[in-house]
Amino acid sequence: MRFVKRHALTAYALLAFAYLLLPIAVVIMFSFNAPEGRFNFVWQGFTLDNWWNWDAVPGIRHSLVTSLEVAVVSTIVATTLGTLIALAIVRHRFRGRGATNMLVFLPMSTPEIVLGASLLTLFLQSRVATGFLTIFIAHVMFVVSYIVVTVKARLIGFDRYLEEAAMDLGANEWTTFRKVTLPLLAPAILSAALLGFALSLDDFVITYFVSGSETTFPLFVWGAARVAVPPQVNVIASAIFVIAIVIMIVNVLWQYRGERRRAAEAAAA
Amino acid sequence: MTFLHRHRWATPYLLLLPGIAWLAAFFVVPLGYLLYQSLQSGSILTGGYEFTWQFSNYWDAISTYDAQFLRSFLYAGIATTAALLISYPLVYWIAFRAGRWRNLALLVIVAPFFVTYLVRTLAWLNILADEGPVVGALRTLQVLDDDGRLLATTFAVVAGITYNFLPFMALPLYVSLEQLDPRLLEAAKDLYASPVHAFLRVTLPLSAPGIVAGTLLTFIPAAGDFINAALLGTPRQSMIGNVIQNRFLEQVDYPTAAALSFILMALILVALLVYARAVGTERLTG
Repeated sequence: MRFVKRHALTAYALLAFAYLLLPIAVVIMFSFNAPEGRFNFVWQGFTLDNWWNWDAVPGIRHSLVTSLEVAVVSTIVATTLGTLIALAIVRHRFRGRGATNMLVFLPMSTPEIVLGASLLTLFLQSRVATGFLTIFIAHVMFVVSYIVVTVKARLIGFDRYLEEAAMDLGANEWTTFRKVTLPLLAPAILSAALLGFALSLDDFVITYFVSGSETTFPLFVWGAARVAVPPQVNVIASAIFVIAIVIMIVNVLWQYRGERRRAAEAAAA
Repeated sequence: MTFLHRHRWATPYLLLLPGIAWLAAFFVVPLGYLLYQSLQSGSILTGGYEFTWQFSNYWDAISTYDAQFLRSFLYAGIATTAALLISYPLVYWIAFRAGRWRNLALLVIVAPFFVTYLVRTLAWLNILADEGPVVGALRTLQVLDDDGRLLATTFAVVAGITYNFLPFMALPLYVSLEQLDPRLLEAAKDLYASPVHAFLRVTLPLSAPGIVAGTLLTFIPAAGDFINAALLGTPRQSMIGNVIQNRFLEQVDYPTAAALSFILMALILVALLVYARAVGTERLTG
């Protein structure tokens, strides 16, 4: 009885992990399936064909390339804009600071379908043709807020001694920013950018509204889901998953190393 | 640079300018257009829509789609509660028992995010399929009739929403539990609180900010979702998101779709305010 009591929570946690991982395992497993008909629902047999011929389905390669292009450009722009906003909010006291915070918070708390519908209304009314450009505009808009929140969290616990020291040693503001602030902020900016990239790559709802005839990978999946989803979709999703997990693990190990080095330095001093 | 030196006050505004301009142009202005659109009347067939202060759009939208609104909030409410109940013990374990497995455990929690949203929803089609193992087992156990199914049911839709938004609940919960000072629990124990009592009087109240944040982050996207209902349900499970999507992109009935969007936003806002009142917190904006 004591054994049960002590380990009940751990057993529950293991079950919960299984629940979280089950669909992922299914996605990966069915990327190796050799479906007999058009439907990839029932396990038929193991094959590597889907992986070798990942772009055998018409349109799938183009959709993936579009997704990656959108994610790269919108992440770069959103990260720049978001970091500047975070610097202004944390570092400066100014009129309108509360309103700025609110404006950054609101897009995150608005349902995506409303964001998509309102952007499409704007583009229709102002007769902007929907396509790559409008997807890019939309992605920057919804990614910016997440960048601000991530960088802001890091900036708040940031001591300013190093910057003050640089200024005391005669560096002007721009040099201080470039040589001290930016390098110190780099890890926060990088993880914000990774988050932004992931959000952009995965977005379906907003993109669905503003895409016109352009197709991103999630839109391709949506189109395929109405007929029959080819196993190549599972291949691409699995590949994205593996790459993302590897990046996450490298990031975690990197942080560990940094912590250990800092601990060692502290011990030496 | 000399300009900046002379006008110190301008620095924050210059930093803000590009980002805020983007948000104003592509978040605030579009909402204005949507509002304008929601008060138009006419038909796409007879030469388009005109602005006529058509407030009846709102009334028509609500009275036509009241069932879908109700369903959206019901499904979102159940899914949010389920996500809270599933993730609280799990996150508690990670914060207090996981030890060196903590980072790995957190990685597992966010892992679903790394599989494209639509693909991980489609995976539930495989799992809950009529010929699949889950339905087979439930039929053998007589929980389901011999021709009973899970797909295309309310259960499938709510389960899909719960799964998809669970990390939004778990992460803020984890943050609040992780910050909890273990000395408070020791103090409770020293003062002869039973473990249950200590949990109810110390742990639970101190994790309230996490519960609030997690509930908001789960409920808002869940109430506007249409993917789970579209992929795992039938029109009988259709939520307000499905209606907006259909009206906007398939029926080209912009005024109704716009009015529905505003009603959805307003209802979510009301739900938030009621909730904020109930839990008595001012931490809504983080």
